[in-house]
Amino acid sequence: MSFASFSEFLAMGHHGLYVWTAYGISLAVLALNVALPLLSRRRYLQEEARRLRRESQK
Amino acid sequence: MNWTWFHKWGSPKWFYQISGRWLPWLSAAAVLLIATGVVWGLAFAPPDYQQGNSFRIIYIHVPAAMLAQSCYVLLAVAGLVGLVWKMKIADVALQSAAPIGAWMTAIALLTGAIWGKPTWGSWWVWDARLTSMLILLFLYFGVIALGNAISNRDSAAKACAVLALVGVVNIPIIKYSVEWWNTLHQGATFKITERPAMPAEMWLPLLLMVLGFYCFFGAVLLMRMRLEVLKREARASWVKEEVAKQIEQGGVR
Repeated sequence: MSFASFSEFLAMGHHGLYVWTAYGISLAVLALNVALPLLSRRRYLQEEARRLRRESQK
Repeated sequence: MNWTWFHKWGSPKWFYQISGRWLPWLSAAAVLLIATGVVWGLAFAPPDYQQGNSFRIIYIHVPAAMLAQSCYVLLAVAGLVGLVWKMKIADVALQSAAPIGAWMTAIALLTGAIWGKPTWGSWWVWDARLTSMLILLFLYFGVIALGNAISNRDSAAKACAVLALVGVVNIPIIKYSVEWWNTLHQGATFKITERPAMPAEMWLPLLLMVLGFYCFFGAVLLMRMRLEVLKREARASWVKEEVAKQIEQGGVR
């Protein structure tokens, strides 16, 4: 462990704001990159389900 | 040499099946590697003797920057394969990888700016490394815009492949920018020929993060490509079966 206490860990030796912003932004971008394909897959399946229902009613 | 492995890539069905088997392993590896690397890098690696704790940004900055460049090389290789062998999956890979590469370039630029402020005293300098990375971001935007602007699938694939191939000249410029020009940016962290100039407890978490980012890229790329294959091959009977199965299993209404 490189830090003596949790508050020191958060402070990052006066660089806390920089380190945590960088990690925060990156985590958000990574999460977005997982969410986008999952959401578009879901949207596509919904469209296809609707189309199949419409076609079966004809 | 046996070329059957290459011909298999011509079959979207084969790709869909094999990628479905790879996806869970890649995702699990990405989560494990990145989680271990982040905790190790943030809490356990020793602080840098000059930069203090701000150097911990390296654990996302370097993997993102390496991936941003590798991803562009992938675009160029996919472009070449698509142009020469008319392989359909190559264009799927190119179109699916471009947005991920753009996001990775954005992470590298943003974390670099945040790291530059306490280290160089400036968010941004018009220096060779930074400028060539910004050009890389614009190249990604170009490929994405071109792919969306042309409605004919084959023409779009050809145009994007050419742009990807022409743009790849920027990659060696990024790589050697820190050696060719005077720059604020530090030299390469990892070299194939030498041991890293930092202690193992500093570069081991970085290595984990680099591997983790590559696995992450592989996983999200496969997710995008699999959906694209389903859309493009929508008239094939195996796709109809697969979509019906997914709708059933997912309870999609």
